[in-house]
Order: sequence, then C-alpha cells, then structure tokens
Amino acid sequence: MGRRILITGLGTFWGGRLAQAMEADPSVEVIIGLDTHEPRVKLERTEYVRSDENYSILSRIVRATGVDTIAHTFLVVDSTQMSSRSMHEINVIGTMNLLAAASAPGSTVRTIAVKSTALVYGSSPNDPYWFRETDKRIAPARTRVEKSLLEVESYVRDFQRDNDTVNLSLLRFSNVLGPDLSTPLSRALRLPLVPKVAGFDPRFQLVHERDVVRAITFALANELNGTYNVAADGQLPWSEILALAGKRSIPMPPVGITAATSPLRRLGLVDLPPEIITLLTYGRGVDNRAFKAAGFDYSYTTAGAVEAFVQSLRLRRTVGKRAEYRYEDDVESFFRHSPAVLRNRPDADTDA
Amino acid sequence: MTGPPGEPEGGAGASGRLDARRYASRMAEEGTERRGPRTKTAAIVPLRLPPVADAEPAHDPRLGDVDAFGRSERVRALVRKAYDPLYRHWFRAEWDGLDKIPRSGGALLVANHAGAIPSDAPVIMHGIESELGRPVYGLADQFFKKTPVVGTLWARAGGVVAHPDNAYRLLRDERQLALVFPEGTKGTSKTFNERYRLRRFGRGGFVEIAMRAGVPIIPIAVVGSEEAMPTLFKLPSVARIAGLPYFPVTANMALGPLAALPFPAKFRLKVLDPITFDVPPGGERYSRSRIMDESENIRQQIQEALYDMLRRRSSVWFG
Repeated sequence: MGRRILITGLGTFWGGRLAQAMEADPSVEVIIGLDTHEPRVKLERTEYVRSDENYSILSRIVRATGVDTIAHTFLVVDSTQMSSRSMHEINVIGTMNLLAAASAPGSTVRTIAVKSTALVYGSSPNDPYWFRETDKRIAPARTRVEKSLLEVESYVRDFQRDNDTVNLSLLRFSNVLGPDLSTPLSRALRLPLVPKVAGFDPRFQLVHERDVVRAITFALANELNGTYNVAADGQLPWSEILALAGKRSIPMPPVGITAATSPLRRLGLVDLPPEIITLLTYGRGVDNRAFKAAGFDYSYTTAGAVEAFVQSLRLRRTVGKRAEYRYEDDVESFFRHSPAVLRNRPDADTDA
Repeated sequence: MTGPPGEPEGGAGASGRLDARRYASRMAEEGTERRGPRTKTAAIVPLRLPPVADAEPAHDPRLGDVDAFGRSERVRALVRKAYDPLYRHWFRAEWDGLDKIPRSGGALLVANHAGAIPSDAPVIMHGIESELGRPVYGLADQFFKKTPVVGTLWARAGGVVAHPDNAYRLLRDERQLALVFPEGTKGTSKTFNERYRLRRFGRGGFVEIAMRAGVPIIPIAVVGSEEAMPTLFKLPSVARIAGLPYFPVTANMALGPLAALPFPAKFRLKVLDPITFDVPPGGERYSRSRIMDESENIRQQIQEALYDMLRRRSSVWFG
C-alpha cells in the first residue's frame, strides 16, 4: 500500500505546488487536499475537499480516509493578505484542530510536516547572524502574525512531546523568492524604485520556491523529526539583491516609515507590514546546516533565487502573465471518478 | 523501525531508487540518532524527490563581496588606504611581539579599550591586516548596528555584533581572528584621571567562547588610546536623551569642528603570550569558577603589561 497524504491549504500556492509534486510520485496512493477555496493549479488525481478555515471536519476526514501523512502548508505568514482575525483562525485554531485530529485515539497519522517560517525568530540589532533551531528570538514579538506563528509553534512542540510515535518536522523557511510566488518582498522588488530603509543595508537569506516544495517532500519522505531551518546558502545585503535585480532604490526614513509608505499602500503598489520593515532594517540569517546534515541539497543559493526571480520578471515583461488554471467542479470530478476515464495508462498524457 | 529504509517498490523510477540508496548510505553513516527510538507501523517507502542538484555547488551569481558577517574586503581596502596615514604618521603605531599572532586558524584577540571614541580598535585591526595580511573581525556592542549609515559602514569595515554565536562561528567554523574588548563601554567611558586602570572584564564570556571554539586567547596591551581622546567628564542626562551609552566631554572638543580627530598620541602595542585552555571544545557549559579565574588572570596580565609599558614611556607624544 502506498502512502496516503493529506495536504492543508490546497488552494494556496504551496498546497497546490506540493500536491503536484506528490502526484508525480507513484508511491503516493492517495492525495487529499483541504481548503476553503478551489485549487488554482492543475491537478491529476488529488481529491479536493472544501472545508471551513479551521478544519472542524478534519478528524472525520482522517478517520474516514486513514491518511498516514499530513503536510500542513496552510500557515499564513504574509499579514497583508487578510485580517488578523482570520489569520488567527487559520493559523492557531486550524493547527490546533489539525494536531488534535492527528493525535486522536486510533489515528493512522505517522508523519507530519509543518511549513513554518523564520519570521518566528524576529529581527533585531541584537540578533546572532545565524539563528539556530534551538535559539529563542531576541526581540519580543510585536506583530499579530508573529504572535500567531509563535502560538502555532508552541502547539507543535506540545504535540511533538506528547506523540513520540509520530514523526513531526517543523520546517522554518526563510523569505521565499521565485518566479511565481507573490510576497511583500517580491512585490517590492517588482516596483521601478524599490524601497529601502535609509542608512541600513541588512543581510537577507532567501530560499527558492522550488526548494521549499522539495524540502517538504524531503522531510516527509525521510520522516524527519524535529525543527529545521530551511534557507539557501549565502546572505546578501539588500543593496546587492537590488543590484542583481537591476533596480534602483528609494530610501525611506528610518523613523515614521509606516506613514512614509502609506501612499504606496493606498496606490496598491506595495504593502510593507511592520515585520517586513524590521527585516529591511536589521535583516535575518538562519543556520541551515542541520537540514543539510539531514541530507537535503539546495538547488539554489540566495543569489541564484534572486536571479531566477529576475529572469521570470523579464519573461513576464515580454509575454505577459500566464493564464491561471480554473477549477471546474464537474469537469474535475468527471476526470477523477468517471469510469469512462482510462486510469493507469502507461503512456498517460500528463499534460492534457 | 529505526534502520535505513528498504528499496522502493518496483513502481518507483530510477531516480527514486537512486535517492533511496543515497539516503540509506547517509542513514548508515549517521546511525539512528537523528530519529530516536520510534515505533512505526507503516513501511517506509521513500518518495521520489524532484531532481536534486548534482554534487557540485549550486550556481551562485553573486555581484558584491560582502560576506555573511557584513564585511566587504573592497570597503576594508579603502578604509585601510584612508587610515594608513593616521596609523603610520599620526599615531606612529609600533608593535611588539606581532609574531605571536598565528598566520592561520582562529584566535581571539583581547585588548584594553579606552578613549571616548576609541582608536585602539582601528589601530589593532589596521596593524594586523596590513602587517600579517589576514582579516580581523571586531566584535562590538549592537549599538552600532542600530545606528543608520554608521552601522552599515561599521559592518562593511569588519565590525560584528558581539553575540556569542557570531564569535563561535568566526573562530571555530571560519577560523578567523576576532578582536574583543571585554571591558566594553566601561573602558571607553572612564574619565582621564582613571586612565590605564582596567575595568571588570565583563562576566568572562570571552573565555567561555574561546574554550568552546577551542582557540587560543591572545592578549594585547595598548598604550596611547587613553591620551588620543581623553574624557574630562561625562553628561549622563544628555546620554539618556540621545540614547547613547555615555556622552563624554573630551579635551578634543576644544578643537571645535575637528573634535572627532584624536590627538597624536604615540601608540605602542604589545602582544602577550597566547593562552590555551586544556578543555574539550564544543561543550555546552564550562566551569564558572575556571572561567572567572582565567578572565581575571588575563586582565591581570594586560594590566601588568600596561604598567610596564608606562614605566618605560618618557613622553605621551613621542613614546
């Protein structure tokens, strides 16, 4: 029997990407994706279940399908995307229900990967230049997103302590950059003049979006247990990232920056939340050696991730944005369930 | 199940098998400590990973030369060029025992710290870099990093936030020279009438770092920085308002717009014998009493060397 995987946040960028990666793996028998809205990528055999944002039906799903693996990709780390209330529901309550379902008596779940972020380390002038997995953050968490992620991690740690038959890997990703993902940083880098904090040139450590998906599949495949930082090699000053992108910068005053960026926010150009402004001031680096020692090879360095991002910008400037996939309920269920569709063809046309 | 996983089932492609073998050999190397005692019911079948980058390092299209500590050798070279006249003709710095500093490998340089804007740090860094041709990283309070422009320049010129992890990484993993002033701002904030009287050496954290990193401590006694910018008295209320660690009123302020220029005191630097510790490196914790003893011992050595150098000094300006 192959693996049976449950992915949370199928409709998000990461859930969709991860489901695609899992579909390519013949040893995965069942892929179930949970979300409040439809997936935005083309999927072949993933089953989509619409749920509310805090997964109250989750324990039923786990019991009914007997999944052995959960990939929890649905943690909101970009605070510009929603109100802090729904972020709390998704991050804290969602994770709580997920872990409760996974630890329910008779649960079949044996492997969990949680996609967290290096944002939990914060950013301050006192920081070490490389946060290790065991390090506590130095500056207290001020923003809602950081507080909610810290709460999530404390639930995860409790789960790790209480369930020693389940392999749980808590992956803390540094800021992701790549051709397709949209984050406050990538939106800032798309502007003709990229904001910077005057007088500061912080170190950035990034990770390519492909390495993120690979890291989650790696952690699940090898049943890693524990906390791991995931960040590409190399810490680059913000000025060098701009140089790689061929962009000029526009300095913002170190104090009163929220007021200074409000015109940009009004125009819908860029929304720099407080945690990103702190990052643009002091930067952050993490120690990625533990995950490498576990056997993971990065395919991109930090500079390589910037380069890949820049190349995709150039392509988009020339050919425009690629059309998004539209999920049609009836069509999807026809392809997945109709007896008319031939399954397990050796020469299956995967790009139909 | 704690052993290496078996080969994937027949369905897995060639690359899946390859990954499984690599993983199995890694598991064999590392033993089972990574996973701990676990009981599992499901068979472990490795998933096929997306294509892994080859053994060669990933493509790295860097443009600048700023390293992970924020130091840029290009900026550093410019700073050296600008500072050289000051070092050679203004301070006329003279070293004694420079050969005690190793040509390779990590070592923690420990020196006394003085002057309202201390000149000892740039003189030591400039001296070692230009005489020995190897970089020195200066560990300092995070105060610099908080300051716009200054903080960036400071980092590019070799300044590193004095966090124990940073020092450990510099010394053990990067095998570099790190310079630290255990007196910290207690040394630079003292007034002229207390010159060359060493303050407490912190809580001995520098000894613990050297023990953990398994590197020697090399004490350096510096004469001249006290007279380069003597503090007459301090204004604590101004410091509080300005958010500075201290606000000195220096004799140099009589120079008006040139107040930041140090006086041309003669600099003499004496490198003392390296101190090694016979403790296993990499430990979590070391004996507190041992650390305090060693720290006090190093402080005494530097203090004695300073007294000795001052006994021989006939003139503040000509040495």
